[in-house]
Amino acid sequence: MTGFLLAAAGFVLAMVALGLVRILRGPGNADRLMAAQLMGTGGIATLLLLGAATDVPATRDAALTLALLAIFATVAFVKGIPAADDPDRTQESE
Amino acid sequence: MSLVLDVFSIAAICAGAFFFLAGTAGLLRFPDALTRLHALTKADNLGLGLVVLGLLPRAGGVLPALKLIAIWLLVLLASAIVSQLIGRAARRESRLQ
Amino acid sequence: MSWTLALEAGLAALVLGVAVWTLSVRQTFAAVVAFVVYGLALTLVWVRLSALDVALTEAAIGSGLTGVLLLGAAARLRATEADAVAERPGAGVRAAAAALAALVALALAAAVLYLPEPAHTLAPAAMAELPATGMRNAVTGVLMAYRAADTLLEKVVVLISLIGVWSLAQDKLWGGRPGLLHHADPDGALAFLARRLPPVGIVAGIYIAWLGADQPGGAFPGGTIIAAMWLLAMMAGVTDAPPISRRWLRLVLVAGPAVFLAVGFSGFFTAGAFLAYPVAYAKALIVVIEVGMVLTIAATLGLLMAGPPERSDKP
Repeated sequence: MTGFLLAAAGFVLAMVALGLVRILRGPGNADRLMAAQLMGTGGIATLLLLGAATDVPATRDAALTLALLAIFATVAFVKGIPAADDPDRTQESE
Repeated sequence: MSLVLDVFSIAAICAGAFFFLAGTAGLLRFPDALTRLHALTKADNLGLGLVVLGLLPRAGGVLPALKLIAIWLLVLLASAIVSQLIGRAARRESRLQ
Repeated sequence: MSWTLALEAGLAALVLGVAVWTLSVRQTFAAVVAFVVYGLALTLVWVRLSALDVALTEAAIGSGLTGVLLLGAAARLRATEADAVAERPGAGVRAAAAALAALVALALAAAVLYLPEPAHTLAPAAMAELPATGMRNAVTGVLMAYRAADTLLEKVVVLISLIGVWSLAQDKLWGGRPGLLHHADPDGALAFLARRLPPVGIVAGIYIAWLGADQPGGAFPGGTIIAAMWLLAMMAGVTDAPPISRRWLRLVLVAGPAVFLAVGFSGFFTAGAFLAYPVAYAKALIVVIEVGMVLTIAATLGLLMAGPPERSDKP
């Protein structure tokens, strides 16, 4: 069972790596915005499987932190794109 | 009993891994940022959900199991919102080009 | 080849690949995105190395908050980005830089590969004394008991760096609100997220801070998560950055170091030295310090990311 969980973790990681190769290159910034979500969701799956394989329950807390911070990073990316305006992006100074 | 649970775990995790594969295949093959976004947020979330489902019998208690489900719900919420935001950004980019 | 080795080799390849990509991509925004992905991948590496406290801190600060900091820097540098990309140092400079980088890499590799075996370590001595500190997590024991003075100084340094950031404000804007005002459609998706997620995030942050006594966690990752939630609310326009002249804000900022110092000085009377804890109350004192630290870390990191005051508070 441990071997299966490790293999599953490795497989998910490989899928994430493949996806990243495509996304990080992706022409235009819209693709790159997804990178944090991809690494986040895949990373969480990998961490949960690793935690079950090595029987270290604290890994779940790392997965929880990863979830929250991946969300935060993606929102920061969306707000930080070097581009034009939209109701969720306009910033004003007074 | 534990054999049944093990088989269930393996089946669920395999299904989850398959959805991750589908998501990555979508990322690699779809022609457009919006379609790639769809592949990422829908397939990967389902993959994560099935992985969490498969790990529930091994969680070691009700509280850890609830923590696993909470993580999955968090990712679901995040993906729903984030796909809206990224989708809007992608449309703006394609309009500007 | 065992599964573990294959997994770790794949993980190492992923981290190295993303690192190379971060350095070689030309646009700043793409580089920052790659850097955040690199930080998230590094979290997995730390977990594999059984350094879960480091993994939590890496996920929180190393990728999330630092990424936002870099985005802010990239935004401020956007006007000069075209010139910076067009500029290329001569072949001589590049060769010298490559040689220096290779030399440093070789030195680091030699240092790691030629470590004495078995490595000199204080780990058994540290673990032996751990029960006296009341902590079961060795990392928290080291941070809060064995090396508490260092932790205190770190908190003061972060506070000083915040003052440094504030000093970038124009004179007439001193005391004002940091950063620009963010608008978000109040019915939109981002505002929805910024109302639903922070309560969950704050509970998660407090949970991880509380957990630090017995398991991987602690005040720093916990406080950072809370700071990220505050920043999320600010970015969505759900809440506005407070003016830096507010007294309550400044009280929160000094709460952590102040409590730390107070407990430290009380150590003279209760246990004979600065930052010494009487064994019976060690855990209680450490918890008190950590509460102050979580507040201060959350406030300081949030304000650091928000930047110097850019809007006047005066009507």
